[in-house]
Amino acid sequence: MYFTKQHELVRKLAREFAEKELTNEILDEVEESGTFPEDILDKMGKAGFFGIKTPREYGGSGGDARCYVLVMEEIARVSGVASIYVSSPNSLSGGPLLLSGTEEQKRNYLPSLISGNKKLCFALTEPGAGSDAGGMQTTAVKEGYSYILNGRKTFITMAPLADYAVIYAKTDMAKGTKGISAFIVDMKNTPGISCGKPEHKMGVIGCATSDIIMDNARIPAENLLGEEGMGFINAMKTLDTGRMGVAAQSIGVAQGALDEAIKYAKERKQFGKRIGDFQAIAFMIADMATKLEAAKQLVYKTAYLMDTHQPASMEASMAKYYASEICNEIASKALQIHGGYGFIKDYKIERMYRDCRVFTIYEGTSQIQQLVISSKLLKK
Amino acid sequence: MKILVCVKQVPDTNEVKIDPVKGTLIRDGVPSILNPDDANALEEALKIKDEKPGTLVCVITMGPPQSEDMLRECLAMGADEAYLLSDRAFGGADTCATSTTIAAGIDKIGDYDIIFAGRQAIDGDTAQVGPQVALRLGIPVVTYVQDVKLCKEKLIVQRQMENGYEILEVQMPCLLTAVKELNEPRYMSIGGIMDAYARHVTVWNHEDVGLDPKDCGLNASPTQVFRSFTPAPKGKGEMLAGTVTQMAELLKERLTEKHYL
Repeated sequence: MYFTKQHELVRKLAREFAEKELTNEILDEVEESGTFPEDILDKMGKAGFFGIKTPREYGGSGGDARCYVLVMEEIARVSGVASIYVSSPNSLSGGPLLLSGTEEQKRNYLPSLISGNKKLCFALTEPGAGSDAGGMQTTAVKEGYSYILNGRKTFITMAPLADYAVIYAKTDMAKGTKGISAFIVDMKNTPGISCGKPEHKMGVIGCATSDIIMDNARIPAENLLGEEGMGFINAMKTLDTGRMGVAAQSIGVAQGALDEAIKYAKERKQFGKRIGDFQAIAFMIADMATKLEAAKQLVYKTAYLMDTHQPASMEASMAKYYASEICNEIASKALQIHGGYGFIKDYKIERMYRDCRVFTIYEGTSQIQQLVISSKLLKK
Repeated sequence: MKILVCVKQVPDTNEVKIDPVKGTLIRDGVPSILNPDDANALEEALKIKDEKPGTLVCVITMGPPQSEDMLRECLAMGADEAYLLSDRAFGGADTCATSTTIAAGIDKIGDYDIIFAGRQAIDGDTAQVGPQVALRLGIPVVTYVQDVKLCKEKLIVQRQMENGYEILEVQMPCLLTAVKELNEPRYMSIGGIMDAYARHVTVWNHEDVGLDPKDCGLNASPTQVFRSFTPAPKGKGEMLAGTVTQMAELLKERLTEKHYL
């Protein structure tokens, strides 16, 4: 209903890519080593996965939100962590630049981000400022033609791998969220910038997450992204797309988990029958599939609204909230259907169950989404 | 340089089942794909285009209107132009009539240096259309090509054999049929898909390519399918048991029974 033949071809490309490139051997290796193979990232770049919606003049493919959702879904269906590499340049990393960057900034950073030659991370969260991003303590003080950054960002996806970061900091401590500004920071060549130890995470292993520490880091004034004091709006608008990305990731992993559950229920025999022939299991699968279909419609609708330039903020929150919650429910039930084998790392469902746990947490917890949805409704 | 690639939309035989009564393929609900060997043919053309910028790669197919989806896929991989030969009059064609039609289309496009085709299509497995097209166009053909090198006005190609390969020099224009060992077909790209739908697919009927309906389709097909069937599965092999000497004796007996010895 929401898709054209062109969109279906995008889905076909992403599905073929995921099934062919993201093999079990490679994904097991990623889990063991904690790193993602560069040659697969190169291939993803060549297929255009890093700049799906980005305009052509910045090296992107000029697609739409539905194309983005389809690629995220199909990649996440096979590998949650691989889909983070897709989402980053399309959403959290590329988003702030596209929203507020000058022509020069866009031309400087976007093409290498989209080709996959460079990585950029999004640094908003702090140890004491998670859901309450406005409570950040990082400061940026103007000094001549520079800003001096001090503070600490935490749980920054891809920070240890990043060439650049968009860092949010307060240029005016007295103004609350209106005192927040965004900066493009060179992670490799700025004295005073360092990363913490990569975190030991429960899931999405293969995409390092760490702190970023700023100790009197001097940033050229021209690296201010957008106007002073407009950083919070930039971050919130970026997160709007981000939410749809996590929602798409959720339906992808949920579909992968459902596929595994169905396959196992048809193979596994107990009491002389396939376990799928028992209503207890069959009805679980019916529930999982029904909820997944509902979540998909929410995600696709959000993308469609964005593509047709209609308000989509509340729908994006609904999609992220519902899809991430049911993804956890579906993965949990799929693991239950696998019985003891689901608890063993040899089965895909073990990884999927861990990978999706963060979906209800990052880029706005389920509770923050409920806050967004309810405040939109109650304000009317 | 202008390269033409003959492609075909085929049912994904990994998903096809055989109707046990009629003995024919059940095509309902089966996804259609670009014939795998044709993807290798297209890839080789695109590789030449990568090497020699300015090369024009055109894909051509004969089929029902829905073959356009496959042609868009070829454009999304990097082909420049797409031609669809589609007409009721082309229906029911065997390889003979198919090659007449495709050759007529290729004649109309004209000015080609190389024509690539897949070795064979997975729905019929005849491997006849490529060589027949070359015959009708009066150009040299090399089948089972596993390597191609451009060498001024000529091509140096490797032709796959059962236990090795031949190295052949072939004059252009020529037609080469590709085997899967030739290359690894590239993926489409998102940008390619965006462009593919902005492009025009040229559709030609029998008049456009100057063919009389009596020379195409079922009317011009000397072969007719009489019956198709699934061969009965072979019985299980027999495992010999006993000591090595006993098994050797038994084996000798069996082979003698069957006149192999």
